[in-house]
Amino acid sequence: MTMAAREEALARIANPETKVFWEAAARGRLLLPKCTSCGRFHWYPRRVCPHCSSTTIEMHAAKGTGEVYSYSIMRRAKVPYAVAYVRLSEGTTMMTNIVDCDFADIQVGMPVKLVFRDSPEGYPLPMFTKA
Amino acid sequence: MSIKGRAYIAGAYEHPTRKAPDSSLAQLHAEVALGALADAGLTMRDVDGYFCAGDAPGMGPMSMVDYLNLKVRHVDATDTGGTSYLIHVSHAAQAIAAGKCDVALVTLAGRPRSEGQATGTAVRPLNPNQPDTAFESPFGPALANMYGMVARRHMHEFGTTSEQLAWIKVAASHHAQYNPHAMLKDVVTVEDVLNSPMIADPLHRLDCCVISDGGGAVIVVRPEIARSLKRPLVKLIGAGESVKGQLGGDVDLTYTGAARSGAAAFEEAGVKPGDIQYASIYDSFTITVLIQLEDLGFCAKGEGGRFVADGNLISGVGKLPFNTDGGGLCNNHPANRGGMTKIIEAVRQLRGEAHPKVQVPGCRLALAQGTGGSLGTRHANATLIMERE
Ligand SMILES: [Zn+2]
Repeated sequence: MTMAAREEALARIANPETKVFWEAAARGRLLLPKCTSCGRFHWYPRRVCPHCSSTTIEMHAAKGTGEVYSYSIMRRAKVPYAVAYVRLSEGTTMMTNIVDCDFADIQVGMPVKLVFRDSPEGYPLPMFTKA
Repeated sequence: MSIKGRAYIAGAYEHPTRKAPDSSLAQLHAEVALGALADAGLTMRDVDGYFCAGDAPGMGPMSMVDYLNLKVRHVDATDTGGTSYLIHVSHAAQAIAAGKCDVALVTLAGRPRSEGQATGTAVRPLNPNQPDTAFESPFGPALANMYGMVARRHMHEFGTTSEQLAWIKVAASHHAQYNPHAMLKDVVTVEDVLNSPMIADPLHRLDCCVISDGGGAVIVVRPEIARSLKRPLVKLIGAGESVKGQLGGDVDLTYTGAARSGAAAFEEAGVKPGDIQYASIYDSFTITVLIQLEDLGFCAKGEGGRFVADGNLISGVGKLPFNTDGGGLCNNHPANRGGMTKIIEAVRQLRGEAHPKVQVPGCRLALAQGTGGSLGTRHANATLIMERE
C-alpha cells in the first residue's frame, strides 16, 4: 500500500482523539491508553478516563498478550470469521478477530498473542492468534 | 415523585401486517396511531403528547406531528433502540404526572422486511465520530455475533446449554400457534432449534427473532381520563430504565442493564418478581430472554438455563408465562424493535384479551421488559410493571 493510500485509509477511521492510536497501528504497534491518575488502562481509547474522569491519559505499548473472554463465529459471511473480546494482560478488554487458527480450537480462556492485519479497506487492525 | 398510579395505558394496537411493500413509513405510523386511539375510544384531537424514536420518518416528532396534524404541548424522541417505547411510556407517565400532557400517543413502525435489511448479520458502518465504531466495526461484529458472545460467556460461566436456550424458542412457538398474525406459527422442538443452521456460534437461526414490517402504538392517559373510557383499567405502577456499556474496558457480558431497570421498577411498584403473573421479555435472541430473566430476579444469576427449560415459560404449563403472542421469536419484531409489542401483549393479558389458549387466568400483575442496542456492547434496558385495576 502506498503512503497516500494509507493516509486516506487512516482519515476514514481516525478522529482527532484517536489519530495517535491509528498512526501507531500503521507501524504495527498497539497502544493502550493508561490514566496517570488512577493508574488503570481503559478501552476503547479516549482522552477522558472512564474509570476516574481524569484527563491525564498516556499511551503505552501493549504487551500484546491476553486471553479470549468470549467469541462468536460469523457463519453467514462469504468467508466465516471469528469475532472476540480479548482480555489483555494489562487488564482491559478489547473487541478483535481471532485469526490464523481453526475455529474449533478457539475457547474461552485461550491464551492469545497480537498480530496486525490490514482490513480490506486498508486499515491496520490489531488482531490475535493462538499463543 | 413516583409514577405509581399516575397514568394508565388506555389504548394498544399492533398492526396486523408483517410485510408492507405498498405502505409508506409515515402511513404505518399513522395507521397504528389510529388503531390505538380507536382501541381507547379517543381521537387524534385528544392527543396532546407525542412520543417516537429513531424508526419515525424524517425529523421524528416534527415530521409525524405535522403528518397527523396533531396539536401537542409535549414531545419526546428518546431513542434507545428497541426499548425506546417502554421508556416512552415511563416518560409519558412522568409528563402526565407533571401536568405536561393528558393523552400521550406513542408510535412505532418500520418496514425492514420490504427493504430487505439483513438485520442480524450486517455490520454497522464505520463512523469515526461515533467513538466506539472504529474499534469495533472493522472486526465485523454482526448483531448476532454480539449476542452470540453473550451466550458463549454465559455457557462458560454457568454451564448454560444450547438445549436450554432452545426451550425459549419452543415456548414462544407454543404461543404463536394461536396467533393468526404470527409470522411463524409452527410449533418447534428443541431438536428443531439445534438442527437449524448456525448463524453466529452458539446461536442458530431459530435462536434469532423474525424480521418483520409493521408496528404498534399505545395511548397513555391520566387517571381521570382512563376512568372515563370504556376499557379495562391498566395502571402503571413501576418503571425503570438504564444504559450499560463496556464499562471502560471492564467488559462483563454476564449481566445486563435489566438488573438496574428491573430493581428500580420493582421498588417503585412495591412488588416482587414472584408476584408477576405474566412477563413480556424482549426476545431479539433466545439469550436476550434468559439473561434478562436472571437480571430481573425471576431466578438467580446463572440459573436461567434451568429456569427456562422444560416448558417453564409456556402459558398453562410453566411457572412464568412469557410472550404469549409468540414474541419477536415467532410473531413480530416490527422495525427491528420489539419493545412496543412487549407492552401490547402485557396490556392484552391484563385486560383478559389475549388468545383464550394462552390467557393467564385472573392476570392482574404483568411486567414488560425491553432491550435496545446490543447486549454485547452498549445497550439500554427498560422495565414496566402494570396492574389491572
Ligand atoms: Zn483514571
